[in-house]
Amino acid sequence: MSGWKTGDLLDLQDLTREDIESILETAKSFKEVSTRDVKKVPALRGKTVVMLFSEPSTRTRVSFELAAKRLSADTLNVSVSASSLSKGESILDMAKNIEAMNVDMIVVRHRSSGVPKVLADALTPGIINAGDGCRAHPTQALLDMFTIKEKLGKIEGLKVAIIGDILHSRVARSNIEGLTKLGAKVTLCGPSTLIPVGIEVQGVKVTHCLEDVLKDSDVLMFLRLQKERQQEKYLPSVREYVRKFGLNKEKLKWAKKDVVIMHPGPVNRGIELSADVADGENSVILEQVTNGVAVRMAVLYLLLGKKEK
Amino acid sequence: MTSNSKIMDKETVRRALMRIAHEILEKNKGKEDLCLVGIRTRGAILAERIQKYIKQIEGCDVPLGILDITLYRDDLTLVDTQPILRETLIDFDLAGKKIVLIDDVLFTGRTIRAALDALIDFGRPSHIQLAVLVDRGHRELPIRADYVGKNIPTSIDEDIQVVLSEIDQKEDQVIVKKRGQK
Repeated sequence: MSGWKTGDLLDLQDLTREDIESILETAKSFKEVSTRDVKKVPALRGKTVVMLFSEPSTRTRVSFELAAKRLSADTLNVSVSASSLSKGESILDMAKNIEAMNVDMIVVRHRSSGVPKVLADALTPGIINAGDGCRAHPTQALLDMFTIKEKLGKIEGLKVAIIGDILHSRVARSNIEGLTKLGAKVTLCGPSTLIPVGIEVQGVKVTHCLEDVLKDSDVLMFLRLQKERQQEKYLPSVREYVRKFGLNKEKLKWAKKDVVIMHPGPVNRGIELSADVADGENSVILEQVTNGVAVRMAVLYLLLGKKEK
Repeated sequence: MTSNSKIMDKETVRRALMRIAHEILEKNKGKEDLCLVGIRTRGAILAERIQKYIKQIEGCDVPLGILDITLYRDDLTLVDTQPILRETLIDFDLAGKKIVLIDDVLFTGRTIRAALDALIDFGRPSHIQLAVLVDRGHRELPIRADYVGKNIPTSIDEDIQVVLSEIDQKEDQVIVKKRGQK
C-alpha cells in the first residue's frame, strides 16, 4: 500500500478535496513560523528527511530542506553525481540502503515517471514526490493553489489558464488534477504540438490562442519552455512561440486589471514572460516561492503523523 | 462529589475573571509593558475577556496575542494522527515585556510547558506569569499559576469542561464530570 493515507505524497490523484483543503489550511499556520525571528518549531524533532534528487533543482530542494529544518527535522542531501548511482547502482537499491539507516521520509525527484511510486511500494519510510518525469509534481500544485487562495480568497469557480508546454509539464498535470478537484475552471493554452491529445477528458478546455484566455482569466499560469525536452521539433522556432504565447506589457492590457500571473520557475525571461511582466505588480512568482516552504512544512508535518504504512 | 456537577456559573466566571484582571494590574503595578497571551482555543477567549476588563479598569487596551501550542507538544510522536494546527497571532515584540499567559484549565502542566517554549522562541520576555480559570491539580511538571479563578480538587478520572458562550453557544459554566460521560 502506498499513497496519502499511508504516509506518502505521490500524486494529487489519491487526495480528496478535503485532504487538499486541510493541507492548505495547515500551511497557513506554518507560513507564520517563517516570519519569526526564531524560524524553528520542534514538531519533527528527531525525524530524518533525505532528499534524493536525480535532476537539477534549486527551488524545490532548498524549499524542502528549509521546510524540514524549520520543523527541527534532520536533513541530508544525496545528489546523483556524487552518489553510487553514478557507479551503476539502481535507485531502488540505493533507497533500500538509505532505508536501512532508519530514515523517516525520502523526498524524491527523478527524470523517469513512476519512480516515487516504485519506491513507496517497496520501502517503509514515507515518500514525497518532488517531481517525476512528465507525470506529477504535487507540492508545486499545492503551493500554486495556496497562492491563488491567498491572493483571491477562493479557488471554486475561478478561471485559471495554464499556458505553454503542457505536454512535458508535470506541474501542469498536478495543477489540473488539484484545481479541477477544488472546482476551478481550467483552460489549457499552447501550440497543438505541446498539448496532449485527449486531455479534455480531465475536465479542462483547450485553446491555441492566447488572446482567448487573456480576456477572462482570473489566473494566468505560465509554464517554462523546457528546452532540455525539445530535441524533437515541437516548435518551428522559439521566436514564433514568444510571439504567439509569450506575455509582455502590451498583451497584458487585454487581461483583467487584477489578474494573477504565476510561473513555477525558473523563468526564461523574454520567452514565457517579458522581464517587466515577470517583475510587474500582477506577478506573484516570488510569493509562490515563499509559500512553497509553508506548504512543504504542512505536507511533512501531516505525513510524518501517519503511521499505518 | 456527585458526577456531573456545575462548579461555576456565568456570574462566578465573570467575577473570577474580573478579580484576575484586578490582580494582574495590582501585581504588575499598572499596565506598563503588560501583554496578554491566550492559549488556543478557550484560553484565547478568556484572554479577550480579561483584556476587556482591564480596559474597563484602566481605560485602555493592553496588547493581546493568541498562541497555538500544537507544534510544541511533547506527545506529537505518540498520537495517531497529527492534531489540527491553527494560527499563532502575536503581532508585538515580546522582548522585555511582562507576559500573562492565559488558559482555561491547569492540569498536568504540559500545555504550559509547551507554551513557555513557544513564547521564548518569539523573544525574551522580562516575566511570564500564568492565569487560569480553573486549577484542578495533578501536576506532572513543576509549574504553578500566579492567578487562579477557582481551585477545584478533582480525582484523576474526572473531566473538567469549561463552557464559554463565544464558542459553545451556551451560557458560561464549568462542569466536573466522570470521564466518558456526556
